[in-house]
Amino acid sequence: MFPSPDLSGFRSRAAIDALVHELSLLVDRPMRFMEVCGTHTMAVARYGLRSLFPPRFELVSGPGCPVCVTAQSHVDAMIRLARIPGVTIATFGDMVRVPGSSGSLAHAMAEGARVEIVYSPTDALHLAREVSPDPVVFLAVGFETTAPAVAATILEAERTGVENLLVHPAHKLMPPALDCIMSGGAAVNGLLCPGHVSAVIGAKAYAPLAEGQGLPCVIGGFEPADILLALTLLARQVREGRSEVENAYPRAVSWEGNKRAREVMEAVFRPEDTEWRGLGVISGSGLTLREGFRDRDARTRFGVHPVPVADPPGCVCGEVLKGVKTPTDCPLFASRCTPQSPVGPCMVSGEGACAAHYLTDGPCHA
Amino acid sequence: MCLAVPMRVIEIPASSGTFGAETAVVEAGGIRREVRLDIVDVLPRIGDYVIVHAGFAIRTLPPEVAEENLRLISEMTGVPIS
Ligand code: SF4
Repeated sequence: MFPSPDLSGFRSRAAIDALVHELSLLVDRPMRFMEVCGTHTMAVARYGLRSLFPPRFELVSGPGCPVCVTAQSHVDAMIRLARIPGVTIATFGDMVRVPGSSGSLAHAMAEGARVEIVYSPTDALHLAREVSPDPVVFLAVGFETTAPAVAATILEAERTGVENLLVHPAHKLMPPALDCIMSGGAAVNGLLCPGHVSAVIGAKAYAPLAEGQGLPCVIGGFEPADILLALTLLARQVREGRSEVENAYPRAVSWEGNKRAREVMEAVFRPEDTEWRGLGVISGSGLTLREGFRDRDARTRFGVHPVPVADPPGCVCGEVLKGVKTPTDCPLFASRCTPQSPVGPCMVSGEGACAAHYLTDGPCHA
Repeated sequence: MCLAVPMRVIEIPASSGTFGAETAVVEAGGIRREVRLDIVDVLPRIGDYVIVHAGFAIRTLPPEVAEENLRLISEMTGVPIS
């Protein structure tokens, strides 16, 4: 039996003070890093880490909030699916309030659409097996952490003969997106790489970025000291002119990652080109169902395909996801766009940069 | 969607399938959940900690590396941390 992993050290004042001090010594020039993962965005806001950063140090959000990167065209297609009589939508809660071109899933619900909020894709399988004889469509958003879970659920549906579980595949793959953003000339000096996406894809996935694009990449966990340690390692790489992959979260992430999860994912899905909010179509950055599972693709079953549309007027989510702008650069931030009445997806999800900034820079803190 | 805190495995119900254990009951902060083990890197045993994402365990935590992580911070900063 394993002894309890005591994580209190990662929240201790001593660790945090020591790391903040070290960081202040290392930051001798302007340094701008990107936290790629929405869970980091939330943790930075929740622990108030921004107030501890030294002058000339900036941390911007990246394309790591699964709801935020879902293109408007996909959101619209999901809402159209919800309006088909007899269809039940199963989705993570954050998706429900994202504004589409006209209304949101929440609006469709108010008009009678069946939308169930689930915590896991297995809840959607349960709905399809036990509750609804009609099609249950799971909105498959998320990155390399979620895609294997959805794949395992589809395999379970196959194994147990549940035919009415369908998916709207809208998964995103992180390395192709980072490569795309950074090849346009990086707006940042290094990446704070996601913790749990990396648990699946492995630290090795960032080697091309570090070596090819000269970008320091450090994987960090989610406790305050985890994040500060990763940022300190990034600052040290900049100081020393290195660009390497370093792993500041070895308790969860290995160099190779989780091969089993990747095998399950690859058994069910294959890469396809997909559209990201604000970033356009990125080659090989999405996942579609393999031939043997095609019957479960809600897009083809119901002929509901994403149609390109413009993002909400005035919303600069796309620029925020690229790290080019921060939420407070948006003219709508905290005025027309608030968590109660969001204009763009970055204000909906707790993992979104705008919602996280609202916590620390919103009117309550002005 | 992503739970950052590891959860402790308190029960592994007898398996019904041919692939070995399929689910585990986990607990953290008084919250109990059943999670699937289909995609976890290494099958956990009772008492192990796992990282859970969307109802699936994705990583069984080896405790030594948690300590290694703290040692990294100590080395980095020169401050002993436990
Ligand atoms: S504040 Fe609102 S409108 Fe502006 S970028 Fe963020 S989500 Fe979009």
